[in-house]
Amino acid sequence: MTEFTPFVRTDMLEQREPPAGQRGIILWARENLFSGPMNTALSLIGLVVILWLASHMVPWLLHGVWNANSLTECREIITATWGPDATGACWAMVRERWHQYVFGFYPMDLYWRPTLAFVLMLVAIAPILYQSLPRQMMWFTALYPFVCYWLLWGGTIWAPVVVLMGFGLFALVFRLLVSGLGVPVSAGLGLVAAAAWWLLVQTPLSAAIHSVLPVGLRSVDSDQFGGFLLSIVIGVTAIAASLPMGILLALGRKSDMMLVRTLSVGFIEFIRGVPLITLLFTASLLLQYFLPPETNFDIILRVIILVTLFAAAYIAEVIRGGLAALPRGQYEAADALGLDYWQAQRLIIMPQALKISIPGIVSSFIGLFKDTTLVAFVGLQDPLKGITAVVRADINWKGIYWEPYIFAGVIFFLICFGMSRYSMWLERKLKTDHR
Amino acid sequence: MAEQAIDRSKMMVSDEVAIQINNMNKWYGQFHVLRDVNMTVYKGERIVICGPSGSGKSTLIRCINRLEEHQAGQIVVDGTELTNDLKNIDKVRSEVGMVFQHFNLFPHLTILENCTLAPIWVRKIPKREAEETAMHFLSKVKIPDQAHKYPGQLSGGQQQRVAIARSLCMKPRIMLFDEPTSALDPEMIKEVLDTMIELAEEGMTMLCVTHEMGFAQAVANRVIFMDKGQIVEQNEPREFFNNPQSERTKLFLSQILGH
Repeated sequence: MTEFTPFVRTDMLEQREPPAGQRGIILWARENLFSGPMNTALSLIGLVVILWLASHMVPWLLHGVWNANSLTECREIITATWGPDATGACWAMVRERWHQYVFGFYPMDLYWRPTLAFVLMLVAIAPILYQSLPRQMMWFTALYPFVCYWLLWGGTIWAPVVVLMGFGLFALVFRLLVSGLGVPVSAGLGLVAAAAWWLLVQTPLSAAIHSVLPVGLRSVDSDQFGGFLLSIVIGVTAIAASLPMGILLALGRKSDMMLVRTLSVGFIEFIRGVPLITLLFTASLLLQYFLPPETNFDIILRVIILVTLFAAAYIAEVIRGGLAALPRGQYEAADALGLDYWQAQRLIIMPQALKISIPGIVSSFIGLFKDTTLVAFVGLQDPLKGITAVVRADINWKGIYWEPYIFAGVIFFLICFGMSRYSMWLERKLKTDHR
Repeated sequence: MAEQAIDRSKMMVSDEVAIQINNMNKWYGQFHVLRDVNMTVYKGERIVICGPSGSGKSTLIRCINRLEEHQAGQIVVDGTELTNDLKNIDKVRSEVGMVFQHFNLFPHLTILENCTLAPIWVRKIPKREAEETAMHFLSKVKIPDQAHKYPGQLSGGQQQRVAIARSLCMKPRIMLFDEPTSALDPEMIKEVLDTMIELAEEGMTMLCVTHEMGFAQAVANRVIFMDKGQIVEQNEPREFFNNPQSERTKLFLSQILGH
């Protein structure tokens, strides 16, 4: 039998600092970088690689020249300041040509229009991104596409107003029929009515009102758009349009109705089976054959439509993954409470499925935004290839290589990284399951 | 359970029919899950349905609110026959409450929102009124203080009581319970059964699929034993437990009561 001494503590111990080597950076480094021979070796090799890269890049970046009128002048300044063997970046190009990266060939005296459209876009997106903002702001968000179109392309104000009336017609038809015919049929009939309005009434009516009340801005053609203006117009529109379309396709793919399911599956698999560039060529060339000869269907609009369809197919599959992750009990509970299909989807299923799908959806959005540079292949001035080619064609900047790509790359990175951080924030905010 | 005092003053079976099932049959593909089920449930009845797993007892009560579709026969709930007519189905579902084995609360909504969702969207009740009703039923199941938490923050027993409150907020005429205590720890089973007993004391028409035989003896007015998709035996609980008739029932009872 073991002996023990009876013991009663009379004074409680105070909290003390952990011993050195057990805290802060030393502990972190020991645990993460030098926890064993293998790790130590890898850490040292990594350090050497980083130092080697930095030894080449840092001087190049530090020797950068901001004030010069040509690449040759840049090089002369670098040689004069840092010696004959020194290399350096020629940021002067960015300083002189940044406006083309941002606006393309948009008329310089009208730069205020895309700038204003961009600022208003931030206002329009804000209530979607942050639920805490007043919901009334959504009215402006709904109107924004029309304001934006008018600011960017100009022309008579009556064109977007008449388009808006088409949406009003859709809402009216839907309202009148929905109680009798149900959601899908009345939405379909509403679309037919709106399409008829846009195809038949749109042009004559807006022209007629314009002849009486000529209010308008100077027109800017689509081929004058370029740079990040073009990327953001295509990217944001396609992002905004592809999410609802992707949701409908995902639901269609899970539908009990044979026709709806077949069409959805066929569409998704066709789009995913074809490269985006093929679709873009279709947009720029083939569509022209199918449309009546005198129609002038705007090239940016055509590209937006096809990029949207492309993204929607991918997003539909991402959302289908989210739907599959929901337990069957959620559908059953919604049914058992007497919610109808659309109520159950809107209130129970989609909020959860979309939350699960946030990382995938945002990945699709980021991919879509970067893919907007592919419009270079149908002759549009994207920031990466299109504008860079224009800049290089200038005799002053001929031979400049890294700087345009780094500049465009940094801007793309900032936007995409922003999207990624936002999605992580949103995921944390919506996390209510406390797993 | 049996020694618990139960107020039987309102437990009255009326002669008004709540559910009528005639010659109902159901198949899963080739598998004949429910075979010639006939059953009449009167208002105010407390029926416990038991039987081995795969006997079709859950499927039977899930047919009553059309979570499962039957292929032959007739089911009439509160005067409405269940057919492919979606309007009828939604009507029946809003009159019949259901409690699931795995609670099936909506994890993205608070407890209060879980309870007010269907009254607001299906019954079109104003939000404030729906919230008052919800708080009333949450107090009844003894968790009003959890109203603004999310389901994931509650224990299993609490979640199941919220699920019962959520169903009650629709003011149902009939309640279906599909193994409500099977996913719970022993300590939490009692709090859920107590809630169900309280409901029975108020005269609710209840169909419970459960293996809680104490609950059956204390509350039920009728026990139904199913096997292989058929009703094998039904009787009032005392007779059913003390004097089972069929061999299959005797075997089943000896197995679940034997340990």
